[in-house]
Amino acid sequence: MATVGILALQGDFAAHVAAVESAGATACEVRTAAQLFAVDALIIPGGESTTMLKLLEMENLTEAIQAFGASKPIFGTCAGAILLAKEVINPAQFSFNLVDIGVERNGYGRQLDSTIAKLYGSDLAGPLAGSELEAVFIRAPIIRRVGPNVKVIASYKGLPVLVEEGRHMVATFHPELSTHNPVHKLFIERLN
Amino acid sequence: MLLSESFRVKVGLAEMLKGGVIMDVTNAEQAEIAEKCGACAVMALERVPSDIRRDGGVARMAPISKIREIMATVSIPVMAKARIGHFMEARILESLEVDFIDESEVLTPADEEHHIAKRDFKVPFVCGARNLGEALRRIAEGAAMIRTKGEAGSGNIVEAVRHIRTIVKEMRQLTVLGHEELVHEAKKLQAPLELVEYCAKHGRLPVPNFSAGGIATPADAALVMQLGAEAVFVGSGIFKSGDPELRARAIVMAATYYNNPAKLLEASDKLGIGMAGLEISKIAEGELMQTRGW
Repeated sequence: MATVGILALQGDFAAHVAAVESAGATACEVRTAAQLFAVDALIIPGGESTTMLKLLEMENLTEAIQAFGASKPIFGTCAGAILLAKEVINPAQFSFNLVDIGVERNGYGRQLDSTIAKLYGSDLAGPLAGSELEAVFIRAPIIRRVGPNVKVIASYKGLPVLVEEGRHMVATFHPELSTHNPVHKLFIERLN
Repeated sequence: MLLSESFRVKVGLAEMLKGGVIMDVTNAEQAEIAEKCGACAVMALERVPSDIRRDGGVARMAPISKIREIMATVSIPVMAKARIGHFMEARILESLEVDFIDESEVLTPADEEHHIAKRDFKVPFVCGARNLGEALRRIAEGAAMIRTKGEAGSGNIVEAVRHIRTIVKEMRQLTVLGHEELVHEAKKLQAPLELVEYCAKHGRLPVPNFSAGGIATPADAALVMQLGAEAVFVGSGIFKSGDPELRARAIVMAATYYNNPAKLLEASDKLGIGMAGLEISKIAEGELMQTRGW
């Protein structure tokens, strides 16, 4: 069975552990480079991207994750989406440049603009076409630009919220906070 | 209530703060330092608790201009404190669009019987608690996050330890009880049965459980996290220390590596001078902050 590492520096990593396990894979928390290289895939959870960047730097994990991403799949949700993007605005900050998207932090506004949306019909494409998806947005970023090789799997109000490029996947919402969650399954399927 | 969308959105932000450090700040300059050092959120207040303790007087919601300035400076969530029961301070903070409100015993209470009816708000609230009954009453009122009260501004971890141990122990005890016993427990805890049953079934609160009140060192942060806290608030401990930046970074590291003594050693090395501490028995009973709230 594939082992999915959850970057556990800060944020809702515990919710991802539960989501991975219920999707049928083994989950383990990753806080060091040694732990990272023992897993088959990585999830970068929601939380505060500035806090994660600080801890990545303190622990010299930045290069390790970049190297990991060159051959293994990474799934980023919310703060994780910001870290995987090619460019970040509001404000500009370092990112791994592993997925060809441009992301605006706190794109919808502050916590009062956080919401739970139901996605269906033309919101969903590819493997999710014809289904329904709950999307929990918490101070979520907005994907403002997608590169030519990026596939959009889900959109909300016409803006992409779940995309994939090659082995990597990005969600601006929190599938780990929904009880019915097909998104982690999608990520784990690519490991088999 | 626990399953309503509005409550889940509130708890969602609390989930994102787990494993992090929320730092008290009184101005934009401190907020900038906190963000740069890795804080996952900042708490805007007029004076840090140790200054409130020293100077006395009525402690109120922070000046709006200061909160606005802090919100304009940082990209991380901004929390602000309102007095216990002061729902109009809370309405003003909600209109200002702060990300979280702390209905806090650190400020002078505005109502000695009632807490704010927090379900009526769109903005999430955090409240302090010393035991499980208090925690569940606050959740029933709508709090989306609980923190230990500890003894704010004391630089002394003993009360936060007492509170997190009490809450965790009381939850553990519920997990072995039968249904009729839970009904009796709900009566003793003065808390709704629904919430008592949730704790009995899951062994944890239905909202994130953080710690506050007396955390002054990386070791303090690691200690409360070992005891079950999911993140920490640091008040006076950072900006009343000799080197706030060093200490802020060190406590951020400790909240992540609370299970790794070698990392904690690294975080604890070369910290500069810590804030002066107070022995709890030397604080007059009327000056204790933790006994505010009901």
